[in-house]
Amino acid sequence: MPEETRPGATAPAKAVFRAQDLEVTYRSSRGPVKALDRFTTTLREGEFLSVLGPSGCGKSTLLKVASGLLMPSAGVAELDGQRIRGPRKDVGIVFQQATLLPWQTVLDNVMLPVRTLGMDRQQGLRRARELLAVMGLDKFEGHYPHELSGGMQQRVGIARGLIHDPSLLLMDEPFAALDAMTRENMMVELQRIWLEARKSVLFITHSIPEAVFLSSRIIVLSPRPGRIVKEMDIDLPLPRTQETLASPRFGELCAGLRALFSAIPH
Amino acid sequence: MEKAKSVGYPLLLLALLLALWVVAVKYWEVPNYVLPPLEGVLAALYRGYVQGDFWGDFGYTLASMSLGYVAGCAAAFVVGVLFAEFRWLERLLYPFVLALQSMPKVALAPLILVWFGFGLESKAIMVALVCFFPMFVNTAVGLKATDPSLVDLMRAFSASRWHILTRIKIPSAAGHIFAALQISIVLGLIGAVVAEFVSSTQGLGYLINAATTTLDTSTMFAALISLAVLGIAGSQLVKLLHRRVVFWDRELASRNLSE
Repeated sequence: MPEETRPGATAPAKAVFRAQDLEVTYRSSRGPVKALDRFTTTLREGEFLSVLGPSGCGKSTLLKVASGLLMPSAGVAELDGQRIRGPRKDVGIVFQQATLLPWQTVLDNVMLPVRTLGMDRQQGLRRARELLAVMGLDKFEGHYPHELSGGMQQRVGIARGLIHDPSLLLMDEPFAALDAMTRENMMVELQRIWLEARKSVLFITHSIPEAVFLSSRIIVLSPRPGRIVKEMDIDLPLPRTQETLASPRFGELCAGLRALFSAIPH
Repeated sequence: MEKAKSVGYPLLLLALLLALWVVAVKYWEVPNYVLPPLEGVLAALYRGYVQGDFWGDFGYTLASMSLGYVAGCAAAFVVGVLFAEFRWLERLLYPFVLALQSMPKVALAPLILVWFGFGLESKAIMVALVCFFPMFVNTAVGLKATDPSLVDLMRAFSASRWHILTRIKIPSAAGHIFAALQISIVLGLIGAVVAEFVSSTQGLGYLINAATTTLDTSTMFAALISLAVLGIAGSQLVKLLHRRVVFWDRELASRNLSE
């Protein structure tokens, strides 16, 4: 049972995302390739769960299943207690690249899901402006993506992922394309947003410090086929800040995970 | 300063070439059927556009060109979209498309005249045919080149296929589409002129063809200059539209250059 690290929470929160013996096998020219193998976990409300693993371990596959873009070959994937059968309205996605529409302004980009999901426009507009303010982008709503830095673009992407108030936010290595400095700032930012919005997050990454810093729980996957190697709760006190990065406990946790990775046969 | 140079240098070269022309005809006695005197060409242009002899031909070529260009590009765009969207259609038609594409379209000019008559229609159809392939290929390639994660994202946000096509894929392909529009201007002019060569009683191509019988090179040069003007004007118009419509493309390009 994952230990609740959230202040104020006592009873175990309800399950947002549940995977039971999930398996995904791709067909390829060299025969079937198993990307994900017997993956089982439960993501509870308000939890920040990181799936950590080397590249090509099926992390992104898991995210595709959770977002309804890919059907699992076997096993069960549930969102709010319902089988996932296709794209869902209550999921937000942030990819590695900001993937913004270059011909639309920051505000229109954030508003994108409002249109496709048929939400109320006025309400969406209000929420978009709120989110942009949270992201520190309120002065840039009329700008085009190419006028922003990589970090700002990714923050627009995160705002877009949150616009429809999804019960689950899926993030696929959202900071991988950023430079080291920006990445650290974004980690702190995301932590703040998570604490403010109290969202459940499924976070895919191959960066150990990122996972340790952000998560309430980490799942470590082995290289293809992705299989759960270890599952651990992160007990670092919240909110975590720049100081956390320099704390001995943080270093210990990272070192432990690093040792685990070098022990995994490749 | 840089801009002045990029205008000034070509003008300087033009002046030099014109001077060389005058010298060649006057002092080196190059025969007129090889190179008409500069004044002769200017006189032909004066006759053509001030006194008005050429306007009918200019208008004829412009009309067949514009009609064929718009029709050809529009049809190619639609077919390109269908091709990119429906895999079975691509499988079905690809070999035929490849065969047609490998064929020099101007070789079809006589056949098209036989089929569609000797009027403006056949010229326009020739132009349309020539414009078709660049637009068709670029549209299909452009649509397929859409960032797959963008499409995934839209699908995850429950966007319909139509929405993804019209709001994501087509704008993504806009750069490719405008490149085709640009190429088609020049290709279309070739198509128009070739069709007029084969059989016509009007048009700038006809003018050139008719002038051969009398070795009237002045008129040929005047008509050639008219065609060049038509081509340049068309290209510039498309370029302007490209910058206006696909504004983000230009921004990206200029940023890549400066970085």
